[in-house]
Amino acid sequence: MAAKTGTYTLIASNTLAAITTEITFSSIPATYTDLVVVVNYKANNGGKYLTMRLNGDTGTNYSRTEIFADGTSITSQNLTNESYAYINSVYASTGTWATFILNLNDYSNTTTFKSIVTRSNSSTYVGMNANLWRSTAAINTIFLTALGSGYDVGSTFKLYGIEAAK
Amino acid sequence: MSITSAKTGSTSLSLALENNFMEPIASTLVGAGGTNSIIFNDIPQTYKNLQIRLMSRNDRASTGDTLGIQFNGDTSINNYVWQHSMYTNNGSAGAAGYGSGVNASIYLGECPSANASASIFAVSVADILDYASTSKNKTLRSLNGKEANVSAQGFVSLSSGVWLSTTPISSIKIFSNNGNFVQYSRFSLYGIKV
Repeated sequence: MAAKTGTYTLIASNTLAAITTEITFSSIPATYTDLVVVVNYKANNGGKYLTMRLNGDTGTNYSRTEIFADGTSITSQNLTNESYAYINSVYASTGTWATFILNLNDYSNTTTFKSIVTRSNSSTYVGMNANLWRSTAAINTIFLTALGSGYDVGSTFKLYGIEAAK
Repeated sequence: MSITSAKTGSTSLSLALENNFMEPIASTLVGAGGTNSIIFNDIPQTYKNLQIRLMSRNDRASTGDTLGIQFNGDTSINNYVWQHSMYTNNGSAGAAGYGSGVNASIYLGECPSANASASIFAVSVADILDYASTSKNKTLRSLNGKEANVSAQGFVSLSSGVWLSTTPISSIKIFSNNGNFVQYSRFSLYGIKV
C-alpha cells in the first residue's frame, strides 16, 4: 500500500478585522472527501453560540444531540426541527475565546443526509456535538452565524478540504 | 506554552494544518452489496500517527450498532481495553463505558442500522498515535456521532482505547458487531507526519 500525495488543503480563511455576525464560505469545491471547519472566536457582547446553516437552508431541517460540561455540571440534550445547526451549548463569555473543530464527512454526496460531529472548548465549557442536516444536497455554502451580536475582532474561521486516496 | 513558527508566525493548530501534514493512504466506499468489514493492509510505517475518517451505517435489524477496530488480526480479547463517555438521546443522562477482556477490538462508537431513520449515517474521526512504535502499546481516541431528528436515535461519544502490543500496526480491521456496512458507507485512512 503506497501513500499518495498530500491532503488537508486550506480552502478559505477569515480573520476578523471588525465585529462580524456572519461568516460565509461559498462556492465550496465538491472535489474533496471531507470538510473540516476550525473556528476560534471571541464574543464581543455576551455569550455567543456558534450556529451554522448549509446552502442557505432556513427551514427547520437541523437537529442535534449534544453533551457538555461547565466545570460543575454536565448537560445532555436532543433538539429537533431547528432552523440552525447549533454547534453545542459551549460558548465564549464576553472577552473570552472558544474553539470548535467541525467534521463534515462526505459533504458532497447527493444520496445521504449530512452528519456533522464537533469538539468544542472554551475557558468555561467543554462539549461534543452530533448535528444532522436533513438534505441530500451537496454542501456548497456554509454560513456561520453569531446569534445576537457578533464575533469579535481577531476571531478566525478556516475551512479545510481533505481528499481521500483514489 | 504556545508553539510558534519563526518562519510564518503561525501557532499551534494552524501551524500543523497548514504544513501539508496529512497524506491519504487508502479509502473505500461501500458498494451496493455491502460488506461485513473494512481492512486496511500493508500500512506504511513512515508516519507518526494515523487518522481514520468514516461515515457508516449497517443492516442490523435495529436502530443502531456498535463499531469495533482491531489491529494486525489480533483476536485475543485480553489485548484490548477501552473507555468512553457518551450520550444517547433516550431520556437518560450522559454515561461512561469501559471494556477490558470483552471484545477483540476497541470500541469506536456507534452507527445507525436498518431500523433507523432513512438516509442517516454516523461520522467518526479516530486517531491512532505512534502506531509504528516498537516500544509502546498503541492508543486510539475517537469522536463519533449520529443524529436522526427523532428520540432515542441520536448518539455522541468520545472514546479511547489501547491495544496491548508493542508490535507496529500494519493492518487495521473496522467492523460493526452485528451487521454488514451498507452502501455509501465510507472509510478513509490517512498518515500524519511529525
